[in-house]
Amino acid sequence: MRTLDELLHEHEFFKGFKPEHLELMAGCATNVIFEAGEYIFREGENADVFYVIRHGHVALEIHDPRRGPIAIDTLQENDVLGWSWLFAPYHWHFDAKAIKLTRAVAMDGKCLRTKCENDHTLGYLMMQRFATVLADRLQQTRLQVLKLYD
Amino acid sequence: MINLTPQLTTQQLTDPMQPEPFRVKRVMKESYDTFTLEMEPVNSERLFTFAPGQFNMLYIFGVGEIPISISGDPNQPAMLVHTTRIVGAVTKAMSKLKTGDVLGVRGPFGTGWPVSAAKGCDVVLVAGGIGLAPLRPVLYQMLAHRDRYGKVVLLYGCRSPEDILFRKELEKWRARFDLEIFVTVDYGDSDWHGNVGVVTKLIPKAPFDALNTVAMVCGPEVMMRFTAIELQKRGVQGEAIALSMERNMKCAIGLCGHCQFGPTFICKDGPVFTYPQLQSWLAQWEI
Amino acid sequence: MTLNTNSSTKYVLESTDFQQLIDVLVGIGYRVIGPTFDHNAVIYDDITAVTDLPIGWTDEQDAATYRLSRRSDEAFFGYVIAPQSWKKFLYPSQVRLWQAALSNGSFEILPDSEKPEPMAFIGVRSCELHAIAIQDRVFIEGEYVDPTYHAHRENLFIVAVNCGQAGGTCFCTSVNTGPKVEAGYDLALTEVIDHETHYFVVEVGTERGQHVLEQLPVRTADKREAKLPKTITDQAAHQIKRHLNTDGIKELLYTNSENPRWDEIATRCLTCANCTMVCPTCFCTTVEDVSDLTGQQAERIRKWDSCFTMDFSYIHGGSVRYTSKSRYRQWMTHKLATWIDQFGTLGCVGCGRCITWCPVGIDITAELEAIRQTKAKGETIKEGSDENIG
Repeated sequence: MRTLDELLHEHEFFKGFKPEHLELMAGCATNVIFEAGEYIFREGENADVFYVIRHGHVALEIHDPRRGPIAIDTLQENDVLGWSWLFAPYHWHFDAKAIKLTRAVAMDGKCLRTKCENDHTLGYLMMQRFATVLADRLQQTRLQVLKLYD
Repeated sequence: MINLTPQLTTQQLTDPMQPEPFRVKRVMKESYDTFTLEMEPVNSERLFTFAPGQFNMLYIFGVGEIPISISGDPNQPAMLVHTTRIVGAVTKAMSKLKTGDVLGVRGPFGTGWPVSAAKGCDVVLVAGGIGLAPLRPVLYQMLAHRDRYGKVVLLYGCRSPEDILFRKELEKWRARFDLEIFVTVDYGDSDWHGNVGVVTKLIPKAPFDALNTVAMVCGPEVMMRFTAIELQKRGVQGEAIALSMERNMKCAIGLCGHCQFGPTFICKDGPVFTYPQLQSWLAQWEI
Repeated sequence: MTLNTNSSTKYVLESTDFQQLIDVLVGIGYRVIGPTFDHNAVIYDDITAVTDLPIGWTDEQDAATYRLSRRSDEAFFGYVIAPQSWKKFLYPSQVRLWQAALSNGSFEILPDSEKPEPMAFIGVRSCELHAIAIQDRVFIEGEYVDPTYHAHRENLFIVAVNCGQAGGTCFCTSVNTGPKVEAGYDLALTEVIDHETHYFVVEVGTERGQHVLEQLPVRTADKREAKLPKTITDQAAHQIKRHLNTDGIKELLYTNSENPRWDEIATRCLTCANCTMVCPTCFCTTVEDVSDLTGQQAERIRKWDSCFTMDFSYIHGGSVRYTSKSRYRQWMTHKLATWIDQFGTLGCVGCGRCITWCPVGIDITAELEAIRQTKAKGETIKEGSDENIG
């Protein structure tokens, strides 16, 4: 069985992290598994965690009373799920549903925030990684709203 | 620089402005607004040889004429195949054609996809919406000569699950071990268990060796611009990226002036171009 | 009559014998077209007699200005150029490409069997010869040949006439297309007129031209007369007021698609398409597919089109060039830059028609210069601001 810091080390998001940082991270990590169809989190719930997806497929959904759930993004292996843990008031904005059996490492947000406050080098690294993820998602979303294929 | 000249010599047209009558053999509904026509020449045994990526001018008697790329199998030249979406008067009239009806065909015109330049390379096809139609002949061609290519990957994005073209064929191909197909939709419903998001999102994870890849991209211009950027981020050389352009066309032989894009005539210098040929112009507005 | 066939030999045709030139051409079977006076303009149209020529008229041309006035003499070719170029004959503004009829559940194309009449143009200016050569590259020398143009062009007989004066909007000297005719003619004339004499110095460009000349009552020009084509066209060249600076012209326009001058032009340009209609090189066309009321017969009509219209760049969803700024930019960039990549020459021959016939007097030479200057100014500002920072 691999240790948590080994699992993190293999993940795209943590590529280039120093061993001491990975070790710190692992201190906030838990191995999790979601069955197909299981909701990982729901809109409005407290966001005190984020997930690094190891295997599987997760849909981000918005529920519309007329149309039901609308999937607006899907995430897979090597993606990270959730950034609401970074920003007050730490609430989820969407529903996240496993559409296949999904294995992930859950990272405790509170724990991470404390570690980032104590070690700004680590904090900067995390912010940098999340900023990249956010920028990519924002760019993709911008293209998505263009309704290019109409 | 990859050579985009069609490998096949196109038939010498007597008068390139005169349509030849073709009879519809089969009509297939692909989605609520997209359909495929299979047709044969009325008066001849002409085999319609073409290079993947080339297009025809299709004429509806007395209504009008529009450019449409060929979506059929280049190894089956007895049957001419076009896939079209209803967007205007001519495509609307075309959507009403039934088996036995006749329409006019001029062509084939233009450059083709760099199919032979891709020999020995991985091939990634990136399609957006109806842009899958002009790329389908490439897949037919590659599957007919599968040993000539490395990995063959199709990344396909469209509006919604209902808009997925050639669904049965894609499912059949997806089952093959020598073809990787990834589909993503802009918006999914609860029945959709595939990817959601723009097609560019599929590029970072797609299985191909960027340094030995030829990419062929067809879709809305914005999608092609961002796809080219994403492919280059992955390490694909600009010269190894081919795009297919669309503009207003009246003659298809470089004489009417309508399809000018910078110094090029899309109809005869394209529709397939390498990315460096277009790059500086693509960034400008209203070219 | 036997003539010295040395091609450099020049001849003299008296103005009183000019009718014979028309007659010989008619006799050979040409439809003879030349300048004539109509609706207060000099236009190119069918002529049968010397008296059809705009004798004693001249044209005053300037930005958005065209008017005729009387000359002090009875010159036959005392004007500069007609509003419409010869394009209207070689590449007519409206042509039926084919007709088709439904039959047996299919359709049949009925090609137009009409054979074009051979034409002879009298009075083609040097810039216009260059314009024809440019359209030859487009319609004959490319991958695809336009059959209508080709048929007209193949049998065309050209009598060029050197310019004895420059118009107010001419700038052929900037683009090396005149005023002296150098090539591309069957016969070239230089009109010489003063108190006592009125004759034409004739130069021969082709064997066909030689054949026609041999049927005319000409004599060999003396040394002084032989020099007149150059002297007279030199005088015309000196009258030219406008200048198009072609230095690095392609790069200038390729790197200035966002020059603020385009916005300024757009405040004046009416996108009326006049410039493209009068331009002797503009070749864009559209097609109209029409059918009769019964739906049994259909035909395809080709018409001149213009990049100034919204329809021109329409693809489903909208027009690609939706602002007048981009449409003017397309036109001018095509004439002066992309044309070079497409056909190896400028698409402009300096005839000045686009300046004369622009209803608001937009001047391509001035606009190019403004773009050059705006660019230069932009660079200065940039350097200045860098200095301030330093």
